[in-house]
Amino acid sequence: MRDFAALFAALDGTTKTGAKLAALTAYFQSAPEPDRVWTIALLSGRRPKRSVTATELREWAAGAAGLPLWLFEESYAMVGDLAETIALILPAPLHEDEPPSLDQTIRALMALTGQSSEARREAILRVWDRLGQTERLLFNKLITGGFRMGVSQGLMTRALAQATGVDEAVLAHRLMGDWLPQHTAFADLVAEDTATGLGSRPYPFALAAPLEDGPETLGDPQDWRAEWKWDGIRGQLIQREGAFALWSRGEELITDRFPEFAPLADFLPRGTVIDGEVVAWGADRPLPFAELQKRIGRKTVPKRLLLDAPARLLAYDLLEDGGEDIRPLPYATRRARMEAMVAALPAGLPLGLSPDIAFAGWADLAAIRATARAAQAEGLMLKRATSPYFVGRKRGDWWKWKLDPWSVDAVMIYAQAGHGRRANLFTDFTFAVRQGNELVPFTKAYSGLTDAEFAEITRWVGKNTLERFGPVRRVKPELVFEIAFEGIQESPRHKSGIALRFPRMARWRRDKPVDEIDTIEGLRDLLNVARG
Amino acid sequence: MADPVLTFTDRGIYCPAGDFFIDPWRPVDRALITHGHSDHARWGHRRYLATHQALPVIRHRLGQIDAQGIGYGEAFRIGGVTVSFHPAGHVPGSAQIAVERDGEVWVVSGDYKVEPDGLAEPFAPVRCHAFISECTFGLPVFRWRPQAQVMADISRWWAANAAAGKTSILGAYSFGKAQRLMAGVDPIGPILTHGAVEETTAILRAQGYALPDTIRAGQGVDAKTHPGALVIAPPSALGSAWARKFGPVDEAFASGWMAVRGIRRRRSLGTGFTVSDHADWDGLNAAIRATGCERVFVTHGYTAPFRRWLAEQGYDAGIVATEFGDDAEEPLPEVAE
Ligand SMILES: [Zn+2]
Ligand SMILES: [Zn+2]
Repeated sequence: MRDFAALFAALDGTTKTGAKLAALTAYFQSAPEPDRVWTIALLSGRRPKRSVTATELREWAAGAAGLPLWLFEESYAMVGDLAETIALILPAPLHEDEPPSLDQTIRALMALTGQSSEARREAILRVWDRLGQTERLLFNKLITGGFRMGVSQGLMTRALAQATGVDEAVLAHRLMGDWLPQHTAFADLVAEDTATGLGSRPYPFALAAPLEDGPETLGDPQDWRAEWKWDGIRGQLIQREGAFALWSRGEELITDRFPEFAPLADFLPRGTVIDGEVVAWGADRPLPFAELQKRIGRKTVPKRLLLDAPARLLAYDLLEDGGEDIRPLPYATRRARMEAMVAALPAGLPLGLSPDIAFAGWADLAAIRATARAAQAEGLMLKRATSPYFVGRKRGDWWKWKLDPWSVDAVMIYAQAGHGRRANLFTDFTFAVRQGNELVPFTKAYSGLTDAEFAEITRWVGKNTLERFGPVRRVKPELVFEIAFEGIQESPRHKSGIALRFPRMARWRRDKPVDEIDTIEGLRDLLNVARG
Repeated sequence: MADPVLTFTDRGIYCPAGDFFIDPWRPVDRALITHGHSDHARWGHRRYLATHQALPVIRHRLGQIDAQGIGYGEAFRIGGVTVSFHPAGHVPGSAQIAVERDGEVWVVSGDYKVEPDGLAEPFAPVRCHAFISECTFGLPVFRWRPQAQVMADISRWWAANAAAGKTSILGAYSFGKAQRLMAGVDPIGPILTHGAVEETTAILRAQGYALPDTIRAGQGVDAKTHPGALVIAPPSALGSAWARKFGPVDEAFASGWMAVRGIRRRRSLGTGFTVSDHADWDGLNAAIRATGCERVFVTHGYTAPFRRWLAEQGYDAGIVATEFGDDAEEPLPEVAE
């Protein structure tokens, strides 16, 4: 744990990328090898299965500190981070000696699975009693998950490349996919040769940057290709010898959620990797995202969903063709090879091309973009015809040109403190619109304002609290905000009957009195627009 | 039952039998002042009473005032009560004020800190019946490490910066915290000060407090003339154009709030040192226990949870709303009151 705690302290103590990179590189050269593997796993979002619940942790920690649970909760509300709250309230360790390694710690935690509550409590208390404060914080984070050390996977990969001399792109590819840290040796993870078969491993996704100025800034329209920006699940479909897999952008294997794709395993040529969007498909265009969402988080997909909202993959790029990695080829070439490949498939498969949108010039394209909602799209994608399929977010070759979001004016009725760096500010708000003389809550939002605005609102909340429910305050309905969002759906689960997609605060409308906010009827009208 | 010795009014804590206020926030005839921070020593009262040690800074800040000094532990009769001032350990000259009427003692803590810091007169508990206690850090997550350990961390940070050719800029409140830091670090190089810090430092040094030599940063005094320096400045100077003039710099902030990682990160500061002039959770509890009191009124901080905690410990505990705490060491708006 000691090297890991030192790494954490170094990363936490700086906001500079260069310093973080240096700390990580040094760690990957000097820490015990099994610890390196776990660190890579944690920084790429793989964490051991939970063997202790958050509720147990709170109770054990409060007990060890001799504090009532309510005081623990008050402390947690202030700190905003469970692992840190526990590290701060525990009494000083009595037996602080050489702490176990990260590998030993995680394996010991995994071994707790299935043991009695008493046995697990004793084991955790024993560890707490041996660790200093930073190590305790990290140990608690191993249990609660949510490891964010301010390091992106890209930065971690770069440090690993510097530490080992292995090519960064090779490592990025290697780290994706389904390896398990408890069964993987560091040497295998960073081995130079890749001949042992790629299996079902996906390529790192290329990401588009938002186009903020008009497309005129991109130069000659002839150099660009356009298509719809779909509102679905970005996915990579792998068809290789002995492997058929669908990966989400979050590196999650989602093959099982989409049983209707199974026939593709029989018909796609071996050595094919497609980048595309999984959507729920109506007669001739996608259904709203909510239809797709219904099957996320389910183990099995009910038959009715397969019938009502069948999934379809809209292909927009070909990364591997006939077993050849064609990512370095120009986009236009890859697109042509993809079209040829799809044309050779039999009819009736749940796979189609994401259409290439022809346009005469930027003004023409702007007019097409305005019709995106009718096509059930969020806007347009622009790709440079000569661009290779790059790794990660490289500005300049791929752009997303989204529609301007929708917005409503609403009043804040509840406020809650934020987490992490905003632990001391009220940043999570619930908003309401009018229904006759009443206020109907319809969405939460917690981003879009500056720190200074949050600070001002925090002071206001202090003076205008009507009621407290734990960390939540009911406040005077006085502050009006413009809430922007990307989509709207019917939702019987919500009191308002609607749910917004990506709501955020676009602006604090200090100029607007509460009696001029929007109404629930107005929101329902938008629902009809969304339905087309 | 007799009238309470102290009452709580919208001008401040009031003693009816002596007709005076303690740290009032609106103009009054007679004000007893615990210490020189601006949320306690305000302008506009007709007469002031404070410790001899506190007066120079108060005079410097408030200008021409009608003020009388008193020694620690000295009994002073006002109307029907006897008042006395006792060290609070918060900043140089700071005091708790005890008010006694016919054997019944009430103590107003002002701001206080239990751990001796080598500069402020060390906190001395006063036996009393009722104790009015601040609780700026009245949650169990606030527990300070011994000062010597934190000072060693700060010295190491300074040395590492100096070795890397960087100026160390340390943000700290200009009265109390700043002087405590300059007195506590290992002087491995010159200590430069922001003007606001230097003025208070000069006053305290003239009073006889043991402070190292400092140099006011400014014309002709910068990173070129004093490489590897430690610059002590008010928190507002961090990240400013003034701070950037020192060339490559590393900035840090010294405050009790730095104990919480989320707060430290919110200020986008890599380095935060947990140094507070207020009592931590254990200090608050120990101080209250040491008074032997039955009644506690809490103010200035996490009053609601701290009051409930004290009530569960068997105290007759209440909350007093005051206007303290807008200044001394709270760089951040508070969530819990
Ligand atoms: Zn103070
Ligand atoms: Zn104060």
